[in-house]
Amino acid sequence: MQINPHLGISQLNVHIGDQQILKNININFPNKAITAIIGPSGCGKTTLLKTMNRLIENSRGVNITGKVLINGQNIYDDYEDLTSLRKKMGLLAQRPTPLPMSIYANVVFGLKLHGIKDEKILQEKAEKYLRIASLWDEVHDRMRDPASKLSIGQQQRLCLARGLAIEPEIILCDEPTSALDPISSKKIEESFNELKQEYTIILVTHILRQARRLADYVVFMYLGEIIEFGPAKEIFENPKEQLTKEYIGGLIS
Amino acid sequence: MNLRILIDRFACRFSAFLSVCCVALLALIAVGLIYKSWPILLEHSLSELLFSTIWSPMKGKFGFLSFIISTFQITIFSLLIAFPICLLSATYLVELAPRSILKIVLPLIDILAGVPSVIYGIWGVLMIVPCIRDHIAPFFGYTTSGYCILTGSLVLAIMVVPVMMHLLIQVLQAVPHELRDSTLSLGATHWQMIKLVVWRKCLPGIMATTILGISKAIGETIAVLMVVGNVVQIPKNLFESGYPLPALIANNYGEMLSIPQYDAALMFAALILLAVILFFNMASAYILKRVTKSIT
Repeated sequence: MQINPHLGISQLNVHIGDQQILKNININFPNKAITAIIGPSGCGKTTLLKTMNRLIENSRGVNITGKVLINGQNIYDDYEDLTSLRKKMGLLAQRPTPLPMSIYANVVFGLKLHGIKDEKILQEKAEKYLRIASLWDEVHDRMRDPASKLSIGQQQRLCLARGLAIEPEIILCDEPTSALDPISSKKIEESFNELKQEYTIILVTHILRQARRLADYVVFMYLGEIIEFGPAKEIFENPKEQLTKEYIGGLIS
Repeated sequence: MNLRILIDRFACRFSAFLSVCCVALLALIAVGLIYKSWPILLEHSLSELLFSTIWSPMKGKFGFLSFIISTFQITIFSLLIAFPICLLSATYLVELAPRSILKIVLPLIDILAGVPSVIYGIWGVLMIVPCIRDHIAPFFGYTTSGYCILTGSLVLAIMVVPVMMHLLIQVLQAVPHELRDSTLSLGATHWQMIKLVVWRKCLPGIMATTILGISKAIGETIAVLMVVGNVVQIPKNLFESGYPLPALIANNYGEMLSIPQYDAALMFAALILLAVILFFNMASAYILKRVTKSIT
């Protein structure tokens, strides 16, 4: 499809304990586009996402074989500096995870980790990314308040701004709107539509309508395998596989 | 009236009554102690009792300062020893060690918490006293019997560790996994995540645990009494003997009550302990509330 994918996976198998969670995953994610990963609960969507920034290793009893390639480099090959790998990827979790500190400290947390100390730069970046996450107008006059005071929807946009602030190439989202009200969800979705100009976005979602609204490409997973992968239009309007047809048609959930 | 509604009312009221009884007990203890120590408060001014170091019951001199200072010294030093051990071990067990290690260690910690304090006392006499006398004090250029503030603090620290550690493990485990994942995915190292996020998130819990540790340490009697030397003086360094308040009460109550006012003096010692613990708990509850508000 393309020559230099940011993010590719080849022959990935993941076992947790005796269970095989992911079976022989091979995929190249399209650059600067939203790829939605859909499938019923427990099909391995989240696990797949977590293998991409090696968070999966923090679960107990995990065994991973195969390759995850970021700009052609396998991240499971003795990648010494995990922090610089993770800097390339922002993560947006299912539920918002505000750090126990102020709104401002949340946004610049990643920047400070990576050694930026100049207060002026930090403030500029905080504003820039809060604007991109369309949160600036709501919080610019109370940046020193604890982040936990924000509403859940605002917290999730704060997490998005925090992830963007480390200036990643790829954004990984794990059902990022599942805990949000419809209006907050819409704001997050609008942000994604803008962000895909510059970022490769991988969006795990169980909301088919969301995938239909946002995705340029769709991956359908079932029981740890990729059943079908292609442009969103094709998958939704003319799926090749029987399982995909049934899932899209609401027959398996 | 319906029987089950009657039972419901009875159950509610009875449990309310029992709860009130528990709280009332504290008030009863306080009233009893004030009543019993009243004679000495009539004879001596409060400032003389609290700030004089002259302890000479035969001559009617009761200055509690040495005891009070010994109590605080032992409590503070034991916490200084116990707290870092607890926090770092609990963090290791929750954040870094394989789950199986925690499963083995946690029951062992609970066993340690249940060992009677007299056993810790004997162990202190057999092991720590000689060790301090023959090795540690000479190393720093002091001579000591080994029955000293440092020994008391060490034994006390060892007793406080299991209780605090168990609580800290629970506090750390309560931090949601998503928070750890998010922090790591921003490019934090494990240590940065622990230091900047996990401990911060846990700060109210860590403080509450420390308060509990201090409360336990202040009142601990037998094990400390066995190793601390029980000499009435203000200890000038860690290798001198001390005489904390609980030891004073335990050593003398029922023994020398023929001395006038001695009985009232010991009751006053108990009253000081109670007042310190009450004040300390209320102050820390207030601080805890403030901290919780500013963090979460």
